[in-house]
Amino acid sequence: MTYTGVAVVAVLLMVVVDMWVVRTRLLGRRVFWTAYAIIAFFQLVTNGMFTGFGIVRYDGEAILGSTSPSEGAPPFLGDGRIAFAPAEDLLFGFALVLLSLSLWVFWGRRGVERTPMSGPPVWRRGP
Amino acid sequence: MARLSYVAILAFVMAGCLWLEVALRTRVLRRWRRLALSILPAVVVFFLWDVYAVAQGHWWFDTERILGVYLPGSVPLDEILFFIAIPIASILTFEAVRSVKPHWPVGDAAEDETP
Repeated sequence: MTYTGVAVVAVLLMVVVDMWVVRTRLLGRRVFWTAYAIIAFFQLVTNGMFTGFGIVRYDGEAILGSTSPSEGAPPFLGDGRIAFAPAEDLLFGFALVLLSLSLWVFWGRRGVERTPMSGPPVWRRGP
Repeated sequence: MARLSYVAILAFVMAGCLWLEVALRTRVLRRWRRLALSILPAVVVFFLWDVYAVAQGHWWFDTERILGVYLPGSVPLDEILFFIAIPIASILTFEAVRSVKPHWPVGDAAEDETP
């Protein structure tokens, strides 16, 4: 299978885990999508460093775009890339983030260190 | 020094999120057992994906800019650190959102427990 194929399967797998296996249903929650929006922005920044500097390179046979150049950076946008990284990386990241957060909520629901709870921020009064 | 390039980016990730533990009182690191239980399956699954991808030649690494320590399946140690750092950053972000929006349901409260 190509990276594109594995990445799509991984996202579907983690959706199944979240919705029907551990049933945390994060995909239906504002808290998840708000956190994911922040994470996705920083993923573009850090993944842009990994791929823009050529620390990680990809085979054109495995991704939508072409093989990473041996010298210099791949395109910033276009040729299947977003911020230097293959578009597939967004699926990879989404799967990793969804699995981790789903398990975190799963263990909390099971009563594993449900407390101490998060918050309040230091700028708000609280207990 | 170039060998530290990969882990330097991970250090950037950690610098970008660890302050949340203090400023937003996320209390994630304090709940390290729950954190470890959440990260471990992700590390295993994504390590196996990495082994497959490296074997298939989907991606490879600039050997000059990684630590140079490899795990079985020719997966660089740097990658395992990535699979630990990203879930920590994600969970810190998630709990930071919760800190600001305490009334948004998450699904891990006592009343969410299925008997």
